[in-house]
Amino acid sequence: MTARVRAADVAVGTELPEQTYPVTRADLVRYAGASGDFNPIHWNERVATEVGLPGVIAHGMLTMALAARAVTAWAGDPGALVEYHVRFGRPVVVPDDGTGARVTVRGKVGALGEDGRARVDLTVTSGGEKVLSLARATVQLG
Amino acid sequence: MALDPALVGRSYPPSAVYEVGRQKIAEFADAIGAADPVHRDAEAARAAGYPDVIAPPSFAIALTLSAAGVVVEDPDVALDYSRVVHGEQRFTHHRPIRAGDRLVATPVIEAVRSVGGNDLLTTRVDVATEDGEPVCAATSMLVARGIT
Repeated sequence: MTARVRAADVAVGTELPEQTYPVTRADLVRYAGASGDFNPIHWNERVATEVGLPGVIAHGMLTMALAARAVTAWAGDPGALVEYHVRFGRPVVVPDDGTGARVTVRGKVGALGEDGRARVDLTVTSGGEKVLSLARATVQLG
Repeated sequence: MALDPALVGRSYPPSAVYEVGRQKIAEFADAIGAADPVHRDAEAARAAGYPDVIAPPSFAIALTLSAAGVVVEDPDVALDYSRVVHGEQRFTHHRPIRAGDRLVATPVIEAVRSVGGNDLLTTRVDVATEDGEPVCAATSMLVARGIT
């Protein structure tokens, strides 16, 4: 636990370093296998467009995981994230063009608790749109 | 067909035991690009205060997805999965999931709503060790888009 960000170093308004994560079709394949979510909208263009999507989209859970990385990188310990709530917004469309999509995560401490917990409010976007319309993570500080 | 409000509170049997493996944790960490050594190196995990490698904080989805699937397939629920989108997700952790955990997932329907022709189904999956130690709760809200 010694790597954890300390409560003394955190205040309401503390900003997390902005992070940007690439997401390619290969990542969607890997995440499908790792999570067990084989929904074809995440790997099959024909199915994705048939159900009205602009194309293959990333798993919402992958976007959620990427946003969590920004929080745990700041917190210094992946085990420090004790509560995490997101509402999925716009889909992350991942084109098959060799580059894919990019997800950007910004965060700010919104509240501090007596129990040494910090609530981090995240802004998660891709292509300028909010892909998580709500994203809040609670970190147990060191 | 609107979801029946009487479904709220319906609980389902616990899943079969899921044995959390180091390789699965590493696979998941690779998939999301989480490079922290605590996900791969038991020494690093112990130095950080954990008994063994720990999973990234959204790892529970690897077992709760199928547990929640039991609810979707309940004939009384009968969501058309082709019209379902994931609306919200929440995790509440009592402690990190770690290699060696033998986990059981128990789903319960928390809420049922109809909003603007869409059905909203909220399912909580409680994850505990085989011995009953609570580990985490994963709550998902699914939106079944109405036929327009």
